[in-house]
Amino acid sequence: MYNAGKIIIGLVVFVALMTFPFWYNAGRAAVAPELVLPTKEKQCVESTSFMRAKHMELIDEWRHAVVREGQRIYVGLGGKKFDMSLQNTCMSCHNEKEKFCDRCHTYVAVSPNCWSCHLEPKEMK
Amino acid sequence: MERSRRSFLKIAGISVLGVGAKPLSQALAAAQGSKTGPDPRALPGKRWAMVVDLKKPCPDNCRDCFEACHKTHNVPSMPNPKDEVKWIWNESFPHAFPGQEHDFLDEALKKHPVIVLCNHCDNPPCVRVCPTKATFKREDGIVMMDYHRCIGCRFCMAGCPFGARSLNWRDPRPFIKELNKEFPTRTRGVVEKCNFCEERLAKGQKPACVEACKEKVLFFGDLEDAGSEIRRLLKVRTAIRRKPQLGTMPQVYYLV
Ligand code: SF4
Ligand code: SF4
Repeated sequence: MYNAGKIIIGLVVFVALMTFPFWYNAGRAAVAPELVLPTKEKQCVESTSFMRAKHMELIDEWRHAVVREGQRIYVGLGGKKFDMSLQNTCMSCHNEKEKFCDRCHTYVAVSPNCWSCHLEPKEMK
Repeated sequence: MERSRRSFLKIAGISVLGVGAKPLSQALAAAQGSKTGPDPRALPGKRWAMVVDLKKPCPDNCRDCFEACHKTHNVPSMPNPKDEVKWIWNESFPHAFPGQEHDFLDEALKKHPVIVLCNHCDNPPCVRVCPTKATFKREDGIVMMDYHRCIGCRFCMAGCPFGARSLNWRDPRPFIKELNKEFPTRTRGVVEKCNFCEERLAKGQKPACVEACKEKVLFFGDLEDAGSEIRRLLKVRTAIRRKPQLGTMPQVYYLV
């Protein structure tokens, strides 16, 4: 084999570089984002665990129900009724988008494009 | 041979049933435990329509209806007329009613600016041509836009013979003078138009333009309700519609 030494060194360097993020962070837990919860209300439309796992599905259902079926009222936990509106209902409690939505969304690297139309609280104030 | 084909068909039939059963059970579950409903304040209506009185002169420069509409729905005022976004605006009589003017038409009527908006047609070509079903017609006649689905192909703009739709060529937000915090804005690349104030009807309010008009030029109501104000007006006055020859069946009526 020609240049075996060089190739092997090259391979070692390559593998080391590729796996750098893994061994560099080994043993260290990633810091979970710290969210600032609304102070106005203690209870969301559904339970915290449901909202954590499924808020995106819920919002998608709301959008469909409101725009396409003309349904505007959601009966939430404990029979409480809510106006199905991201801008007017969700954001009136979660009025610190940067400290609630963004922190998590940045952490998991998702960027929903809701805010190109729906007004975020900074503009709502 | 015969037997194996028979059993194959049996198994196939059972599997098809199985595949169909899941969505069916899901649909049933959704229908039973429905957590959504309409707002109890919503105005009841089976076929919404608008009536514009052309015999009542709007006072000079009165733009109350336009302003109310555009403010309510965050319609931007674009500096370049090429980017203009319109929901409700004025048109001259010959432009609004091509083929319906003649030399001896009442001068006052001919000069009268005609308030125009989406006609919420009964047979809307814009709905037919929309490839994503972003434009659709509701049961109560409102031709709606689901901005979430609009891909900006502008087929609806080509389909609408009334020029009732506008594309957002640029991000409209910087051009909105005063943001209405209750209604979203639009984004670049999305088509928009009058929605007959469906968000207001849902809360028991009349359309913003009708409410803002002090001169009582605009009327709104349910065509299927024989006792409604608009039905009474259509009974005692003569009404024309825009481009009726095209068969789109506009539901904005002009009293002459
Ligand atoms: S006026 Fe134009 S946009 Fe409105 S429903 Fe009729 S075809 Fe569609
Ligand atoms: S009905 Fe509503 S959306 Fe349509 S022109 Fe009037 S104010 Fe604007």
